[in-house]
Amino acid sequence: MARALPLEHVTARRPSGRRTRWREYRTGYLFVLPSLAMFVIFLFGPVIWSLLLAFQDASLTRRDWNGLDNFRTLASDRVFRKSLVNTAIYAAVTVPVHMLVALVLAGMMKPLAARWQTFFRAAYYLPAVTSVVILATVWRWMFNPRFGAINQMLDLGPVAWLSRPNLALWAVILSAVLTIPAAGVVMYSAAMGSIPEDLYEAASLEGAGAVRQWWDITIPLLKPTSLYLIVMYTIWAFEVFERVYIMTGGGPAYATTTIVQLIFDTGFRDWDYGVASAQAIVLFVIVAMVSAVQFRLFRSEVEY
Amino acid sequence: MQMTRRTPRDVNRSFGKLIVVAILIATTALSLFPLFWMLSTAITPGSATIKTPPSLIPLPTGLLGAGTDLPAWIRERAYSPTLENFHELSTQTQGNIWRWLGNSAIVAISITVFHVLFDSMAGYAFARKTFPGRNLIFGLLLSTLMIPVQVTLVPNFLLISRLDLADSYLGVILPGFADVFGIFLMKQYMQTLPREIEDAARVDGANEWQVFWRIVLPLAKPAVATLAIFMFMRSWNNFLWPLIVLRTGAKYTLPVGVATLQGEFSTNVGLIMAGAAVAAVPMIVFFLLFQRYFLGGIRIGALKG
Repeated sequence: MARALPLEHVTARRPSGRRTRWREYRTGYLFVLPSLAMFVIFLFGPVIWSLLLAFQDASLTRRDWNGLDNFRTLASDRVFRKSLVNTAIYAAVTVPVHMLVALVLAGMMKPLAARWQTFFRAAYYLPAVTSVVILATVWRWMFNPRFGAINQMLDLGPVAWLSRPNLALWAVILSAVLTIPAAGVVMYSAAMGSIPEDLYEAASLEGAGAVRQWWDITIPLLKPTSLYLIVMYTIWAFEVFERVYIMTGGGPAYATTTIVQLIFDTGFRDWDYGVASAQAIVLFVIVAMVSAVQFRLFRSEVEY
Repeated sequence: MQMTRRTPRDVNRSFGKLIVVAILIATTALSLFPLFWMLSTAITPGSATIKTPPSLIPLPTGLLGAGTDLPAWIRERAYSPTLENFHELSTQTQGNIWRWLGNSAIVAISITVFHVLFDSMAGYAFARKTFPGRNLIFGLLLSTLMIPVQVTLVPNFLLISRLDLADSYLGVILPGFADVFGIFLMKQYMQTLPREIEDAARVDGANEWQVFWRIVLPLAKPAVATLAIFMFMRSWNNFLWPLIVLRTGAKYTLPVGVATLQGEFSTNVGLIMAGAAVAAVPMIVFFLLFQRYFLGGIRIGALKG
């Protein structure tokens, strides 16, 4: 996907003389330059800087190399371990639920008329256009012990969802799970729409029922979309921040602190740049590893 | 008219369809409920926001007065909608809520305009020009998709501080440009455009910039629209980076400002929800206007949700 299409090499006219060739090169470089400069200054540079900071004792006033000390600190840090566990639980619950809900809803929408499909897609997507900050603010209000929608509707009495250590993480997860995975629904339903109808007709002729068709045609042919979605939802889950920051601020007693919440606290509340960078690098490694595993598990050569 | 006999199977099928539609409608309600609850609380008079049962049904004042015979279950849940929370919020924040709205607009529009310009330029070069290192540079840019943005937070903050841009709009705006998605989108789209028109323009004496600006960019309008909407929405909703960069209350963008309302008015939910509504409503309107571009943007994997 990323590679230049081979066709292009055929059609691209090789510039003739040396001067015209240089002119072509120069145009190319000049057009790429503004973006490239931004990447060098605000991304490539900072990534390297971050790698260096991870091996330094760095704060507002100090700056010293300290080898692997930051990583050693992390290895024995209970809060860091807690944040890894919280993030893992959050991902382990939200990702499968999102995948399943997206798949089922897209499947249910499939037989409907096009305009109804558009309607449902839009209705599911509408909340997603507002900031997670806003939605999480509303969720915090909905979890209000006395007057929030949740307790009033479930008639539970004043359950303090967000300030009880054993409930808070589950309340945050619940708020995520009750949000329709709109991007997933849209992508799955687009992918389902592009499965050729004659595959199903052929299967019907051979006596395969709806369930059989779902398992033997729809699910396998959706594999590329599933791969994409599972990787994206997992990355988003590991990078969860706004929802936690707004709903609980990571509390009570670190019960909801996630990796990114901790990076934020370490870097911009405790101003410990070195340890914050080390935490960010651990996040990077985890995300890269999880994506690699998912790619291996889900990779398929399905074509249709 | 011919009568069709309804077999048990047909009945079964239409019953199944009914259930499916019922589930879809229920999930739609679930999906929209937080927004409804937010807007409803925002226009509820202060005293009515915290009561049991909750005020959920907006009714004109006349209907709520004495002498009208509303059923009790409605009367208990009804309220007369008002904008007093917005006025109150405006006074309490000393007008900051509207300043945040303006700041968000400035930041989101600047990021969108320059992102679209830079991305289409780069996309054009990657799609059309040959130059040494082209594929290497493009591959390098694409590889940044793997890097979680959190890795760059600390160094970018140090950089912005050193450039003396902390607590400034420029500090919020600049790092947002290091994002490859738009370049990828524009490259893919421009590769599908016919070359002949560009060549014809060159024969007519247009220089490279004119070819790009007058020919390619207008032809790439659909991709430009998708990208612009994507960028606008993302920067309007962006939170973590502005939260780190901005220090002065009057300079906050909406998400950052709304987040501070919670600490300040923890007892007055009406004000907090009014603030949330100020941030949410422009995006909702924007979405309803440009829906098809949004849905197109999701399909190519651009938008979260």
